Order: sequence, then C-alpha cells, then structure tokens
Amino acid sequence: MSIEVRNLSKQFGKFSALRDVSLEVKSGELLALLGPSGSGKTTLLRVIAGLESADTGQVLFQGEDATDQHVRERQVGFVFQHYALFRNMTIFENVAFGLRVRPRKFRPAEPEICRRVHELLKLVQLDWLSDRYPHQLSGGQRQRIALARALAVEPRVLLLDEPFGALDAKVRKELRSWLRRLHDEMHITSVFVTHDQEEALEVADRVVVMNEGRIEQIGTPDEVYEHPASPFVYEFLGKVNLFHGRLHRGRAWIGGIEVEAPEHTEAEELSAVAYVRPHDIHVDRVVNGDGAIGARVSHILSVGPVVRLELTRDDSDGKELIQVEISKERFRELQLVRGDQVFIRPARFDLFPAQIH
Amino acid sequence: MKFKQHSVLPGFNLALGFTLLYLSLIVLIPLSAAFVRTAALTWPEFWSMVTTPRVLASYRLTFGASFAAALVNAIFGLLVAWVLVRYRFPGKKLVDALVDLPFALPTAVAGIALTALYAGNGWIGQFFEPLGIKIAFTPLGVFVALTFIGLPFVVRTVQPVLEDMETELEEAAATLGANRFQTFSRIIFPTVLPALMTGFALAFARAIGEYGSVIFIAGNMPMVSEITPLLIITKLEQYDYAGATALAVVMLVISFVMLLIINFLQWWSRRRGVVI
Amino acid sequence: MSTTLLPAPVSLDQARATTESIWIRRSLIGLALAFLTLFLFIPLISVFYEALKKGWDVYIAAITDPDAISAIQLTLTAAAIAVPLNVIFGLAAAWAIAKFEFRGKSVLITLIDLPFSVSPVVSGLIYVLIFGLQGWLGPWLAEHDVKIIFAVPGIVLATIFVTVPFIARELIPLMQAQGTEEEEAAVVLGANGWQTFLHVTLPNVKWGLLYGVILCNARAMGEFGAVSVVSGHIRGSTNTLPLHVEILYNEYNFAAAFAVASLLALLALVTLALKTFVESRGRHQENMNEH
Repeated sequence: MSIEVRNLSKQFGKFSALRDVSLEVKSGELLALLGPSGSGKTTLLRVIAGLESADTGQVLFQGEDATDQHVRERQVGFVFQHYALFRNMTIFENVAFGLRVRPRKFRPAEPEICRRVHELLKLVQLDWLSDRYPHQLSGGQRQRIALARALAVEPRVLLLDEPFGALDAKVRKELRSWLRRLHDEMHITSVFVTHDQEEALEVADRVVVMNEGRIEQIGTPDEVYEHPASPFVYEFLGKVNLFHGRLHRGRAWIGGIEVEAPEHTEAEELSAVAYVRPHDIHVDRVVNGDGAIGARVSHILSVGPVVRLELTRDDSDGKELIQVEISKERFRELQLVRGDQVFIRPARFDLFPAQIH
Repeated sequence: MKFKQHSVLPGFNLALGFTLLYLSLIVLIPLSAAFVRTAALTWPEFWSMVTTPRVLASYRLTFGASFAAALVNAIFGLLVAWVLVRYRFPGKKLVDALVDLPFALPTAVAGIALTALYAGNGWIGQFFEPLGIKIAFTPLGVFVALTFIGLPFVVRTVQPVLEDMETELEEAAATLGANRFQTFSRIIFPTVLPALMTGFALAFARAIGEYGSVIFIAGNMPMVSEITPLLIITKLEQYDYAGATALAVVMLVISFVMLLIINFLQWWSRRRGVVI
Repeated sequence: MSTTLLPAPVSLDQARATTESIWIRRSLIGLALAFLTLFLFIPLISVFYEALKKGWDVYIAAITDPDAISAIQLTLTAAAIAVPLNVIFGLAAAWAIAKFEFRGKSVLITLIDLPFSVSPVVSGLIYVLIFGLQGWLGPWLAEHDVKIIFAVPGIVLATIFVTVPFIARELIPLMQAQGTEEEEAAVVLGANGWQTFLHVTLPNVKWGLLYGVILCNARAMGEFGAVSVVSGHIRGSTNTLPLHVEILYNEYNFAAAFAVASLLALLALVTLALKTFVESRGRHQENMNEH
C-alpha cells in the first residue's frame, strides 16, 4: 500500500505546522520523518492517519483519495509515543480491542480473535504477559504491545509517532533493530517519526528531513548523510564545522586556502560557507602542498577508536573552534599534545552561499 | 519502627500536640459522648428505640431520597463535568463557578428558595400541579432538596479525571476502528468510574445527614415526609434525650461506614489513576 | 521531544477523531444547562426575586430590623472566632502531617475529615449532651451560672465543629506536594523554626490558605442544622442569620425571610467569586513554581 500526500498545509493559530508538503511513500517501505521539535513531522503523521485534518492538500492511499475519510475507516495502525495502552484492560484485551469493536458482521468469532491475539503476542515475543495489566509492564514491553495492538486490525499502513522516544537508551537500541527485523518480515508500509538522527539513519529505508513545516530533503540514509541538500540538513545530521569565505566564478577562498567549486561557476563575489564534517579534515604538523589553516590543539579526547581534537584557529584569537576526528593510528603518528601547532585542510566539503539575514 | 522518622525541621511536637488536643476537645470527646450516653441503655432498649415504625419510615425516606438524589447527581454530574471539560460555549466560566453554589449557599436559604419554587403555585411547581404531581411538602420535595445540595460532588470529582485523560487513548481507540460510543463505554467510562462512584458516595453521605434544606420543603409529616435528622430534633424538643442520642448513634455509625467506603473509593481512584 | 511540547495543537475543538458531531455536542450542552437551570440558577434567582417582590421599603425594613441586626452581629462574631481558630488548627495539623513522617498519619487525616460526614443535627446534639442541663457538665455549669447551650458559646462551638476540616484539608495536600526541601534549605542556612515557617512555608501556601479561609467562612456564616440545635432560637440574642430566616419563614413573613436570605445568597456569590479568583491565582503560583 503506497501513501501519497499532496500540497498539505496546516496552521495552528499563528503557527504553521505544515507548509505545502508533498511526499510519496512506496509500498512496503520503512520511511523515517526526521526533524527537530516543531518541524511538523508529528503533524504530518497525524494528518496521514486522519487524527488531524489539514487545511489544504490531499492524502492518498494506493492512489485513492482518503482526505475526507474518518480515521476509523482509514485502516491505519498507529503507535503512540506514550503507548496509549488502555489501563483498565489486560494486555490480551488491549490487543483484541480493534477486533472486538468491529460491527458484528465483520467481527471474527471468539476463537479466531483468541488465535489472532496470541499470534501477535508471539510475534512481539510477549505471549506470556497476556493476562497482565499495562502498568505491570516495562516501557519496552508496553511499546511492543502497542505495536501488536496496532497490527491486530491488519492495517494497510503502520504509523509510529516517536515510537522509542520515551524509552531509555539501551532499550531504544534493542527495539530499533527489532523493529527493522519485524518490518523485513512483514513488509508493511511504515512511517515513523523521530528526532533522533541515528535512529532514522539506522532503521529507515528512506529518510525525510523536515524543518519548519517543510521537507528539506528526501533520500536514503547514505544520501542524506553524505550529500546533505541544505545547511540545515548538514547541521542536523551529525557534527559539522563551518568555514566562512568567498565564492567567485567557480573558485572559493576558505580560511586562506583557494579551492575549486565547479558547481558554483555562476557565482559573482558571494560570501559563502563551507560545511566540513570532523572526519573530513586532514591534520598535519607542517604545511603540506596547497596551503592550510593554522590552528592550535586546545583539547584532546582520546577514548575509543576515534580521537577527537578541538582546535582553535590562529586567525580568530582563539575564538573559533574546529572539531576534528582522526584515527588512533594517525593520532599516534602525529604525537599531538595540548598546545601544539597544527595545520589543517578540509578534505571534503560542501559550499553553500551564505544565507542573507 | 519508630513512631516518627528523623527530621531536621522543628515544631513537630508542638504542632502535633496542638492538633490532637484541638481535635479531641472539639470533635472526639463530644462525639464519644453520644456513644457513652447510649452505652447506658441495654441492647433491647436501644434496639426498640431505633426500630419504631416512625423511625423506620424516616430511614426509608432518608435513604431512599438520598439514594435517588445521588443517582440523579451521578448521571447529570457526569454530563455537566463532560460538557464543562470537553465543549466550549458562552458563559462556560460562569457556569463552572456556579456549580459550587450549593457548597456556598446556606442550606436554609436553599430550603426556602426551593420550597417557594416547587410549591403548587411556584415558578416550577405550577407546571406539575395540573399533572397531579405535588413536589413541595412530599417525599419528592425531599428528593429535590437533596439533589440540590449534592450537585457539586460528582461534578468536582469527575472533572479533574476527565481533564487529565490523555486524548491519545481516545485517538488510539479511533485508529483501531472504535466509534465514539464504543470509545466512551469501553475507554472513557471505565476510567472515570472510580471518581464517579466517589462522587456518588460523597453526595449520598451528605444527603443522609442533610437537615437545613430539607425541613422547609419536606412538610415533615410523620411516617410520610419526616427525615431521620428531623426526628432527632423532635425527640430533643420533647426532652427524649435517650431517644435522640440513640438515633444519633445510628446516624454516626452510618457516617463512619460511609467515610470508610469513600476512603476506599478514593484509594481505588488513585490506584486507577496510575500514569502509564 | 516531538511537537507535543508546542502550544497544544489539540485545542478544545479537538481533532474530529475525538469529538462528537455538532448536534450531539449541542444536545449535551443543552441538557446539562437545563439541569443546572432547574436545580441551580432558578433557585438562586428566585431568592432575589422573592426578596424584592414587595419593594425596596419592605426589603430595607427587613434587613434593618433590630432582630436582623443582632442576628448579623452574632453570625459575624461566630465566624470571627471559628475561622481564626481553625486557621491555627489547620496550619498546625498541616505542618505536622505534611512535613513529618510518623505512624498513624492516615488515621489522623481521616479524623480531621470526620466533621464533614457527621450530620449537622448530630453535631449540635453532642454539645447538648455535654453542656446541656442533662449533660455531663450541665449541673456544674448551672451551679456556676455559666450558660453554653442556648447561648452564644454553644453557637460558636457548633460552628467551630462543622468547620474544623476546611483549612486543614486545603493545606495538607498542598504542603505535601511542596515537600520539605525548601524548609530544610532554610534550616541549613540558619533560620529558626518560626523564621522558616513565616518566610518559607507560609508564602508558599498563602493562596491555598486563603482558599480554605473563604470556604470555612462561608460555612461558618451559613451553618444551620448544628446551630439550630444549640441555639434555643431566642430572638435578638441567640439567633444567627440562617436561624432568623427560619423564624421569619415560619411566621409566614416570606418577604422578610427572603430579604435576609438574599444577604446570605450575596455572601455565597461573593464567596464563589473570591474562590474562583483565588483558584486562578493559586494555579498561577503553582505554574511559577514549576518553571
């Protein structure tokens, strides 16, 4: 079942939650909506589910317009951030709820309900908890029950709102890979909302990065991480250093080094910013080749396989900090200590014309 | 275990001592007087005093009217709480504030106002008179007065529970295909049930002991529209101290039982309210 | 976190997934308002209507009658004694219960609530059993010519009894919720008990205390049943306002009865207004403390 949204806009009072959002989710895909607080990702998910209606725009399921369909009729499975389990019902009753409330002629017989519920509880590996109440379960268990309950109605699509947001770090990691495996078995079209980039990049087939009610970029985890389409995506996905400079007819001057910028041949005397990931910076003790930026080591964090250096640029009175990541091997080679003079050179970067404020 | 756990804060002995002294002098010793007085009676004496036909008729009226009033308040209190929490309408804040009127209005005032309204020639009573329904000066009048004084209890116990209910639960039910009626009966109602029962019990307990608002509207006919608290006063005025005290003890025992039930219901409410 | 932290996107007009159709909404609102009108609003309005039915002159005459004035004085006196005593009691009880851990606490809380569940008539009766002529102390009191029952002290005692829980039950949960950290900090900084109480505890609970005082005062001035038993209904001497209403009413002097009743109804309205105001301030203070 594919999902398509066209030109969705939604206002909450003066706040624009969605601004002309269009998106296609392919059948069987696991898609992440990633963005900071207030980026509109949860609103988009709720509009797809029918829990919220957009001011303008359309929602289509498998090419059919579902915009005016009530949430009851959309056959979506929705998993809430805080689980929303019914506390007055046992786990079994929670999972069976969606089957029990069906109109009589569509309602499965009791033995069939029983069979289906136990099948789902086995799927989420919590069959032994069926007689307990929600408050007797751990957070991770509750979230798995919430998923089983959503799946019980055989939804056409599965929507998850920050599914691991309320869990602690360890359980989060476990459930994350478990969800990925589950999706690989079931191939149900799924959309999940998260503000955790690591979660999105690790689990999803494709990632939609959202900001201020707009989609900034859609792509596979590799694409969005390696080739961010905007400064926002760069800053949101992982650590990044900013080098301010100038751009003119396909050449750029960044911190005193001149580099090629073939995609900006049209630019005329623009100020520009180069975005460089910490591991894309080459560090040396001497100036090597085409010039480099002088800096001093102000802090070293050498725990783990990657050594993180914090450098201050010579030309900034120690105000501008640069984060660099190098391998332990390279670190041993350089034999750096605090206060050492080094020279750095961005090995790979993306240039964006500076935003005018 | 020690009586009191250690604390750096001062004043415990003074505060607790004063609390116990005050409570003993004002509440506990006077209350015990009723029991001590009654203890002078033999059991058969006591039993015959509290089971005369007139007394039994007063129990029937007091409990019957209180139960009916609390029931009506449970139903309409839930409705009022729901409307106040969920919907928007003009004058809502004023209505919300006025719900507490029966707590603030002296019972005697409520009594004479209701009597004037529900009498055969009153604003409301005139509509019932042609139908052959008399409200004031009949047991029905007792029910009206008790409904008035019990009105805020259910509203004020159910309201916060409805306010705290996450919409997520209702949304979850909707995504699973439940219609509004199913969502209400299977999700919302079970959630507010403990609070609803607490409110019912509070209204019922209050109604049983009520005096001021009832005596004006009741007509106070022995065997027909005479409530138990009034009977106590009547016995007192006839200098039948033993009889008045025996009835008071019955009322007190019922009060204590109601207090236990209410405490249990409140505990249950809190337990049901555990945040998941 | 996700967008849940934003100014609640789900407003009162909730998403259509979780509300009823407009017609059901309107019918429910209509039904609720009809019930409240029948049992609340009309009775309230009728008090003022009946009071003024015979004109201002009758109204003014009724409330300036010497018996009415003396009833007002007695009502104010009883409240002026009962409320401060119950404030002291409420603060002491809340301090002991909320700031310390000791055995039997829940029993104590239940005992404080007791007067709420006792019938007003029984509340009056128990004092008659102690101080009345037939009572425990009756003969001794008669010997020393001290009158409590059918006199002002009895009225004050009965008023105190029925209003004992009001302030304590407001303060206990409030002070429990606030914990003991701030007081402990004050003690660590060298404050003594009174300083801690006056400068730390009291400002934190002032709105809750005021709320309790308002409710306590309304009940103290409006109590009927308990006071009725111990009063003896002596005009101009042991009549409170509610009792005066009863006497006038029983004499079929309805206009005067409602005129006096309208004073009490006004008191109730002022009480509700103050209560609503204090509630909003209290909530405001709570929010300030949280942020």
